[in-house]
Amino acid sequence: MTYPIPNLLPALPEIWVLGMACVILIVDLYAKPHRLVAYLLCQGTLVGAALLTLTGWSTGTETTFNNTFVHDRLSDLLKLTFYLIMFCVFAYSREYIRERGMYRAEYFVLGLFGLVGMMVMASANHLLTLYLGLELLSLCLYAMVAFQRDSSQATEAAMKYFVLGAVSSGMLLYGMSILYGLTGSLEIGVIKQTIAGAGSENVALTFGLVFIVVAIAFKFGIVPFHMWVPDVYHGAPTSVTVYVGTAPKVAAFALVMRLLVGGLEDLAVSWREMLVILSVLSMGLGNIVAIAQTNIKRMLAYSSVSHMGFFLLGVINATPNGYGSALFYVIVYAVMSLGAFGMVILLSRTGFEAERLDDFKGLNQRSPWYAMIMLLLMFSMAGVPPTVGFYAKLLVIQSVIQANMIWLAVIAVLFAVIGAYYYLRIVRLMYFEDAEDQSPIIAGTDMRVLLGINGLALLLIIPWVGVVIDLCGKAIQGLS
Amino acid sequence: MISLSHYLVLGAVLFALAVVGIFLNRKNVVILLMAIELMLLAVNINFLAFSHYRGDIAGQVFVFFILTVAAAEAAIGLAILVVLFRNRQTIDVEDLDILKG
Repeated sequence: MTYPIPNLLPALPEIWVLGMACVILIVDLYAKPHRLVAYLLCQGTLVGAALLTLTGWSTGTETTFNNTFVHDRLSDLLKLTFYLIMFCVFAYSREYIRERGMYRAEYFVLGLFGLVGMMVMASANHLLTLYLGLELLSLCLYAMVAFQRDSSQATEAAMKYFVLGAVSSGMLLYGMSILYGLTGSLEIGVIKQTIAGAGSENVALTFGLVFIVVAIAFKFGIVPFHMWVPDVYHGAPTSVTVYVGTAPKVAAFALVMRLLVGGLEDLAVSWREMLVILSVLSMGLGNIVAIAQTNIKRMLAYSSVSHMGFFLLGVINATPNGYGSALFYVIVYAVMSLGAFGMVILLSRTGFEAERLDDFKGLNQRSPWYAMIMLLLMFSMAGVPPTVGFYAKLLVIQSVIQANMIWLAVIAVLFAVIGAYYYLRIVRLMYFEDAEDQSPIIAGTDMRVLLGINGLALLLIIPWVGVVIDLCGKAIQGLS
Repeated sequence: MISLSHYLVLGAVLFALAVVGIFLNRKNVVILLMAIELMLLAVNINFLAFSHYRGDIAGQVFVFFILTVAAAEAAIGLAILVVLFRNRQTIDVEDLDILKG
């Protein structure tokens, strides 16, 4: 029996990152005294992966490994987003984990393995690939949340994350098994064709769909499956929170696109109804409960719940336009959340976590520059016009209006106004209150520069925002 | 004669037991881990039954992957459990209550 060697080129970025992660593990054995080596290699890996992905950018859609893996515009765009986010995540984490005695190469290696998981998800064309990518990501995240082994909080968060994450994976698998039974294939394209032939009025299919939607809602942290979000964001070391709260959300978008849109688009009538309910609950509960929070990490967690509700608005439209706006929203959200948790890391120092809202009091007196960055982040999250967060909200709300759901658009705008309250409260604390704590803000150069760019990007991208939106639209159109 | 639906009912019952076990259990984290394992095995029965019924081998391959991932998952779950016990000297679900709000 001969085994043809599959075309490896489309999966080159994955192979590179995976190989480098293993290399870093080994190099670390010999380079222990030179602490920076693992970090620099890790950032180099990300840059290399970005170059590899960019080289493959212009090739059209191609599949490999017996149609289990696809390389297309969408996967490339998602992967580039992952690299960018991970680059910032590692840069923000470096000082933080060093000060807390967590600086080990395993931290970066787990991060890179998680990245491979996300990349595989983005390129999945088969239920098995999708599942394996998702699990690789999740297992790395559980381990990273528990990375601070002596912290009672972090281990509790890890346990909760692990149990609920495993339940959601189980749900996803159950849904997949039913899809497999009804369509007789694990390949997403074949599933789509079979469903198109069978018609969408199949009760058993809808039964399977429910499990898949629940699993996706779990991964995004959408009400009523959001229980883990505040606890994990709060309990995990902030450097891990910034990971959990950004790139995996974009990866979960890949889950939606590949599974819900790629495979089950003919059931859109059914899943749209489910998503409308989830979206309204998410926007409502997320925004209202966030007001009551005094811990900024919990507040940002509930804010993430509400943002994911807004994100769903784009998916609900079930047209390429809608998906494009959802993709834009989730990328913008990831960048904003990256900056916001970056600020929490920046204000923390050895033995002190700037977790309370009060720790942001009088930031303007301590550092006008960082106060302005935080102001931009909060304005963007609230959706105040000159920032990119406004465009993101505008696009998803436009897409619901196109779908003739004016009432939903009205609800979304109302909740956005409620949400503005707690974002602006931070701005008030920073500018109109006196600082309780006058200690200087210390951070590495890489972090200062990146955080500055991160915050300013939300404003300075505006002249080119059309290009980014166009890119998102093109990525989605390349799908069909 | 055992038909496909028998297997599916068995799978569904085991899956439901696992979900109930996870959400009603207030006692011990180890039981949670067992319930998670049961959940994945219930899915395996589904896949195997469909695979046999349809005469398609892909479902059985999927089961191998699920078993492997389940092993890795159990390893990480138990590792977290050990760390949790070191920090708290307890593994009662009820005591996991530092984080709330």
